[in-house]
Amino acid sequence: MSDALNECTVVELRRRLRAGEICARDIVLSVEAAIAARDEVIGGYLHRDVERALAAADGADLSLPLGGIPVAVKDVINVAGQPLTCASKMLGGYVSTWDATAVARLKAAGAIPFGKVNCDEFAMGSTTENSALRVTRNPWDLECVPGGSSGGSAAVVAAGEAIVSLGTDTGGSIRQPASFCGITGMKPTYGRVSRSGLVAYASSLDGIGPMARTAEDAALVLQAMAGHDVLDSTSLRDGVPDYGAAVGQGVKGMRIGLPKEYFVEGIEPGVRAAVMEAVRGLEGAGAIVKEITLPHTEYAVATYYIIATAEASANLARFDGIRYGHRCEDPANLREVYDRSRAEGFGAEVKRRIILGTYVLSSGYYDAYYGKAQKVRTLIRRDFEEAFREVDLIAGPVCPVPAFRIGEHAADPLEMYLADIFTIAANLAGICGISVPCGFTESGGRALPVGLQLMGRPLGETDLLRAAGEWQRVSDWHLRRPGVG
Amino acid sequence: MSRAEHIDVGKTADLARLRLTPEEAAAYGGQLDRILGYISQLERADTEGVEATAHPLGLTDALREDVAREGRGVEAALRNAPKRSGDQFLVPKVVE
Repeated sequence: MSDALNECTVVELRRRLRAGEICARDIVLSVEAAIAARDEVIGGYLHRDVERALAAADGADLSLPLGGIPVAVKDVINVAGQPLTCASKMLGGYVSTWDATAVARLKAAGAIPFGKVNCDEFAMGSTTENSALRVTRNPWDLECVPGGSSGGSAAVVAAGEAIVSLGTDTGGSIRQPASFCGITGMKPTYGRVSRSGLVAYASSLDGIGPMARTAEDAALVLQAMAGHDVLDSTSLRDGVPDYGAAVGQGVKGMRIGLPKEYFVEGIEPGVRAAVMEAVRGLEGAGAIVKEITLPHTEYAVATYYIIATAEASANLARFDGIRYGHRCEDPANLREVYDRSRAEGFGAEVKRRIILGTYVLSSGYYDAYYGKAQKVRTLIRRDFEEAFREVDLIAGPVCPVPAFRIGEHAADPLEMYLADIFTIAANLAGICGISVPCGFTESGGRALPVGLQLMGRPLGETDLLRAAGEWQRVSDWHLRRPGVG
Repeated sequence: MSRAEHIDVGKTADLARLRLTPEEAAAYGGQLDRILGYISQLERADTEGVEATAHPLGLTDALREDVAREGRGVEAALRNAPKRSGDQFLVPKVVE
């Protein structure tokens, strides 16, 4: 592993900080130097405030669990005093007036919110190509997308332009870019991390989670954020366990299920081979592997794109040009403020989803679409409840293929949606999931990372971290770095 | 319960308060029809007697003490207003 501070893990940096070998300022400067050298090509950052980060570093309390560690934040999450764009023209010039609870808790744990990173507009997309602001490239192959919607969060960690980052996951938006960029990304259980201060996309699915180099780092960041928040009535009151301890507990006796619906035709052979090698690795470490079934998997994508767009159409109604966000010039009347401000502010994918969501909720169609989808969602949730009676974890690919070429799916949104098949069900069921690097597959002459997806019961984050930690103890895929800069 | 395979983009965009160009409306029409065609596979799923899922983990009541808290203040609320006048949001004339 490189000795450069910007390439280190949180755990390593914390050790060196406490030993007095380095100071927090050194880390910020190292990250900033990497950004200066690489970000024009990678395109991860939308905003950063080096002066403020240095001041925070100089005042950092190193006795805190994340003392002195800079964090990159997906630009759908409020950080007080920093711009918030949601990668949309709609929010040009917006400056956050308060911290999201997740950010406030990271600060309280000593972390330094260093900058905001790119994503698909309002987190709608799977490639980060829907950003209205800039193109983000995959550090492993600059002709490929970093995934999405948390593509910036994944790319900057992979490229050594951040130590750790925050992403959000509504249908796979943490796990899929983590897989595409060869890092570790966790979607916690629905309600485990407060969403107060996150710009809502689909409220019954959205969640904030850590994106990091290792499971151990992800555990540290989750530890700081997790727990009930009075500002988010959907957040869970259950106690927060010791996530860091779980990472070292091994997998002896853990039962891991392989859903037959996740190993079907259409999965690229290199992806399947890498995932199966990781499953065998966990088996070798003492896990018990068995085949299971999630029979309603085929309905997950259709169910998701009804529920998510319906909720999005309601959530994005707040962008009306009145209190914040873009307002059109010279409106003739109030109605025009709405119609034109929204037409000018939103990009194509956001408009498409608002229209679809409005349609499935509209009079005469509600029961046939939204009502039906909410019932099928119950069937999908029951699939997992059944499976978790037999196993502790479910393993499979994150995505059937590695990172797409930039522009590959531009003309056909449906084809793009279908690639979300393996990540979406976890959001519909509210369970937790993680992507960990498990190898590479050849694509167009370049080796692209592959992620192993593990899914756990509601509040089963410790199970995910046990398996992810054990896998990273017996493998070294997570130590590979792309040759950028 | 009717289920159309063809979406009236103009009417739906109007409901969503989005003014589309003719080019946008034409492009979305084709794309959304294909998406709706795909979504219609849900008809095959047997949901007889199945309850709808609202909160995935079944959380219901979320009560807290009825105690007043400090708000974030007028300046914070108006900080990002496109147009303001004193302590108010400025909007076009509402009553014709």
